[in-house]
Amino acid sequence: MSQDHSHDQPSDPALQVKALESLLVEKGYVDPAALDALVDAYENKIGPHVGARVVAHAWLNPDFKRALLTDAKSALEELGITGWRSANLNALENTPSVHNLVVCTLCSCYPWSVLGLPPTWYKSAPFRSRAVIDPRGVLSEFGVELPEEVEIRVWDSTAELRYLVVPQRPSGSEALSEDALAALVTRDSMIGTGLARTPEGVAQEEPG
Amino acid sequence: MNGIHDMGGMHGLGPIEIEPDGPVFHAAWEGRVMALGDSMGPWGNWTVDRFRYLRETIAPADYLTKPYYEQWLMNFLRLFREAGLVSESELASGRPDSGAPKHEPKIRIEDIARVAGREDTARREDGKTPRFQPGDGVVARTISPTGHTRLPRYARGKRGVIDRDHGVFVFADTNAHGRGENPQHVYSVRFAARELWGETAAPRDGVYLDLWDDHLDPA
Repeated sequence: MSQDHSHDQPSDPALQVKALESLLVEKGYVDPAALDALVDAYENKIGPHVGARVVAHAWLNPDFKRALLTDAKSALEELGITGWRSANLNALENTPSVHNLVVCTLCSCYPWSVLGLPPTWYKSAPFRSRAVIDPRGVLSEFGVELPEEVEIRVWDSTAELRYLVVPQRPSGSEALSEDALAALVTRDSMIGTGLARTPEGVAQEEPG
Repeated sequence: MNGIHDMGGMHGLGPIEIEPDGPVFHAAWEGRVMALGDSMGPWGNWTVDRFRYLRETIAPADYLTKPYYEQWLMNFLRLFREAGLVSESELASGRPDSGAPKHEPKIRIEDIARVAGREDTARREDGKTPRFQPGDGVVARTISPTGHTRLPRYARGKRGVIDRDHGVFVFADTNAHGRGENPQHVYSVRFAARELWGETAAPRDGVYLDLWDDHLDPA
């Protein structure tokens, strides 16, 4: 606890956080084991693997998909997914004529319950500033080119609603199991900055 | 406030640095910041709206350059100090002040299943009658409050259409400043891309914002 006493401008965040944690533990406010468990939850309990399971289930079950698109909270409960603000989740379906893209221009709102914590780029100024004014340019940076006749809907998460994109099911995936389908569903495809992978694409990336 | 955080529609902020399979945290301290903030929540009475407002008041140059979780750390330090949970001398020395009371943690490891991912509390059962129905034409108000607002500059004064009514929520703009929850309806409002950005935008594209009754007037 020597170098920098200017608390608004931490010079070395690792040291400062360590010092802060030991102070808060010593004052009896926090339990270090609980902190470990919280970090484990952020890193492992939530994440895009949850959303991928939801999307794959929706691809296989039209009734579930309908329920997901109209009342995502109840649909998620069917799969045992609760908490992490899932009560205010809305699912948006991509189709051949409509492509949805999610952003939070004002801060970093993100559907934790199904995608976990947001990637750095999602929270960054370049994405936040341009997703609303130039979605096609943004998509192009992610390698996605959409025909002009496709309507792009950008969802700016300005309140407590959260949005999950249900990407289009790729062709060639008709015979796949739910687990194999879930492996095609990328995080970016559920934000709308990507498309689901194709079985051929997966085979090329992971030969053997 | 018309701050740097309200960046929707700006140009010139650079290419997107895409990281396809990055870790959740790039350093262990980042996860500790989040866990400390969550664990300290029951000791203070701050709201997510207050938290967001505090981040908006970070100096613009820092907002654009300081790593995200450093900004969260700055926020939490401010909240802890405001709530009187830690003193300046404790932060400087790293040790409790002499005579400071010893507390018992409010969140123990056995509470994690309950508190991690606790459900959002911004939805309210009762509030004002909705002023709009899906399909109604609206215009976003032209406002320039110096405090917190969830109505971005790029939509102010623009015409849109109510897409759906999400129900009643705490009004962030007042709640951030301790001026009450003021619960009211929140709608997804569709704005045509050309209404927002002009004729160079794709004719069919649209932007949907979640706005409260107090952000909107009939078109």
